[in-house]
Amino acid sequence: MAVNTVETQAPAEEKAKLMITPSPHFRDDINTRKIMLTVATALLPALVMSIFYFGIRALLLTAVCVVSCVVFEYLFAKVTKKPVTISDCSAVVTGIILAFNVPVTLPFWMAVFGSFIAIVVVKCLFGGIGCNFANPAATARIFLLVSFGNQMTHWIAPHAAIDAVATATPLKLISAGQTDQLPSLWNMLIGNRGGSLGETCALALIVGGLYLIWNGVIGWQIPVTLIGSVFVFALLFGQDPFYAVLSGGVMIGAFFMATDYSTSPVTTKGKVIFAIGIGFITMVIRVFCNYPEGMSFAILLMNILVPHIDSLTITKPFGAVFEQKKQ
Amino acid sequence: MSVLQKTLKGAKVAHFKNTENCESTPMPLPKEVCISMSQHMGPPCNPLVKKGDAVKVGTMIGDSEAFLSAPIHSSVSGTVSAVEEIVTATGSRCQVVIIQTDGEQAVDEHIKPPEIENHPEFVKAIRASGLVGLGGAGFPTHIKMNPKNLSEVDTLVVNAAECEPYITSDYRTIIERPQDILDGIAAIKKYVGITQVKIAVENNKPQAIEMLRRLTGDDPSIEVCSLKAIYPKGAEKVTAYETTGRVIKEGMLPADVGVIVENVTTTAFIGQYLRTGMPLVTKTLTVDGGAVAEPKNVVAPIGAHFSDVIDFCGGYKCTPKKLIMGGPMMGTLVFDDTYPVLKNNNALLAFDESQTAVYEEQPCIRCGRCIQACPYHLMPRMIEKAYESDNIPMLQKLKVSLCMECGCCSFVCPAKRNLTFTNKMAKQKLRAATAKK
Repeated sequence: MAVNTVETQAPAEEKAKLMITPSPHFRDDINTRKIMLTVATALLPALVMSIFYFGIRALLLTAVCVVSCVVFEYLFAKVTKKPVTISDCSAVVTGIILAFNVPVTLPFWMAVFGSFIAIVVVKCLFGGIGCNFANPAATARIFLLVSFGNQMTHWIAPHAAIDAVATATPLKLISAGQTDQLPSLWNMLIGNRGGSLGETCALALIVGGLYLIWNGVIGWQIPVTLIGSVFVFALLFGQDPFYAVLSGGVMIGAFFMATDYSTSPVTTKGKVIFAIGIGFITMVIRVFCNYPEGMSFAILLMNILVPHIDSLTITKPFGAVFEQKKQ
Repeated sequence: MSVLQKTLKGAKVAHFKNTENCESTPMPLPKEVCISMSQHMGPPCNPLVKKGDAVKVGTMIGDSEAFLSAPIHSSVSGTVSAVEEIVTATGSRCQVVIIQTDGEQAVDEHIKPPEIENHPEFVKAIRASGLVGLGGAGFPTHIKMNPKNLSEVDTLVVNAAECEPYITSDYRTIIERPQDILDGIAAIKKYVGITQVKIAVENNKPQAIEMLRRLTGDDPSIEVCSLKAIYPKGAEKVTAYETTGRVIKEGMLPADVGVIVENVTTTAFIGQYLRTGMPLVTKTLTVDGGAVAEPKNVVAPIGAHFSDVIDFCGGYKCTPKKLIMGGPMMGTLVFDDTYPVLKNNNALLAFDESQTAVYEEQPCIRCGRCIQACPYHLMPRMIEKAYESDNIPMLQKLKVSLCMECGCCSFVCPAKRNLTFTNKMAKQKLRAATAKK
């Protein structure tokens, strides 16, 4: 609710005007823009690695996504006559994450279309920052995947030309049973494998994620629980757990997508439940379903449950006494 | 406190203890004092003097029959020039006694050290001294000293956490008047039947901790507890929990879990009062903030106008934009610097332009920082939503009534939402709704 600052004229002549505002009269210097810029910074190592593996088109595609996300948010605000909120930089983060979730060969116009879905359909139409219930980048990726199946699964090997023959992702290989062609674990860690633009280099994503945890932008609960549960469910389903956590979108999902404030629970307990759910659904999709990768589906499915998780994990306040319900 | 016990959360608020080395200095006697009849939690006192009456230092000028009240004494000698009504900082009206000082500071002849033999006499003497909680809340001390379950109260927690930024007046009490504190503790132990004493100090005051430990080292019943300096460690329930592990539940008084929590300056006053018999007529306050020329700790007569206190600190060095009575986290703003010093004033902060940024509220991004910061594990964002949608059952479920308005949620909010204020409004809405039923 809005609190207007009331300026009162003190009765005596020459007296200064003193302001009256509700307490506290002192605020932390954190703001939404700073948080979003920190997230964008944390994504930089992975961006650098993607340029290294997939060439300058990785940068161009990211730029296209970022610019179109920001422009769509601006245009939406203008068309609907709402305050323009692009200065909070949240659209920049959405743009980078969306670009990280598509193959480097994706035609630019499809990336623009994906940005439209992420920003206008998923975010702005549901009330903008903080109000959307689904992760914009995850939803846009799924939308692109079901709309343009070929282009969204056209993977190329690192350092290959953009028009090179498609290669398979490790998950595709596992799913097809061709485990002898799998890259080594070391190559999985440093990202020397086929896959989406920004998801391949697990190490760069971990560095970025730890930077966010160290900065207090995200808690450890979601990434740790998510990666841990993928590991455990992989073991239970008879898969190599190390490949399971290093392949597909697990790292980018755990550190950057599942931790999206708007679409994850607010309490510690809720975050743990949410992350276990994502880990479980991801592994079920990978092992038992048609799609080789299930991270974005898992995030979207758990996003839908967030309001329920939130209302089931209301904190017990310090010293609270709850009256027993009368029978 | 056991190692396994969880400490309560809070916010990392910068300390700004700029005046910690400024010795408390008495200010010169002002020409006029304006003594409010409402200086404690509870119904205001009725003035006992009228225009033209002569008063001396320590003369009782206000009292009330009400249970929750404490008498008020003149802080100066002089003549009552008016008994009138003023508008207080919170917008209500209250009576004040205005006294023109004569410069003599003659002490009332009734003043002598109290003779105390037992608990009822102790309580009576404390009431007569006009003592209220000097940490900020202004709860009449004699009521705290007279719990219904006297035999069950075994612990005294002396609250010297002083968690609000800027304020150093309690710290100065420890450094300058340790003997008063020890005397106060001894008296409370003796008459209230206390077996263990915990002195709570935040760990940003190592000198105070070291000094208190040295002075109380040979007394096994007194423990000096060093609390992590995470705001708000000085809130009564928080201090009691962090020092004793006891949880003061909803609707309970500290005495219900066997604890009396007393501010350190209040305790020191008891020690001093038992020796001199002089009622509460002065108050040490920290004067600080960007607009004050010479920040310092000032011993001011109760009722001194803020403008006189500021003049003693070199006046304003630039135009003040906010004048805060108390600390920046929970203090009340006053709209006029002629407002008088109250018993429970521990600071007077004059903030300049750079300290008074006005933030525009932005949409909540659901980051959960407010929930992470709340010492009572409340959910300010959910409370805000329930408040906006008039969802009374939800407000009840979220236990908004427990909120102590410490300000952590607003402090940490990146969207700069006025969550603390909304909690306050939600409490009122809930009270109004439950009263209707």
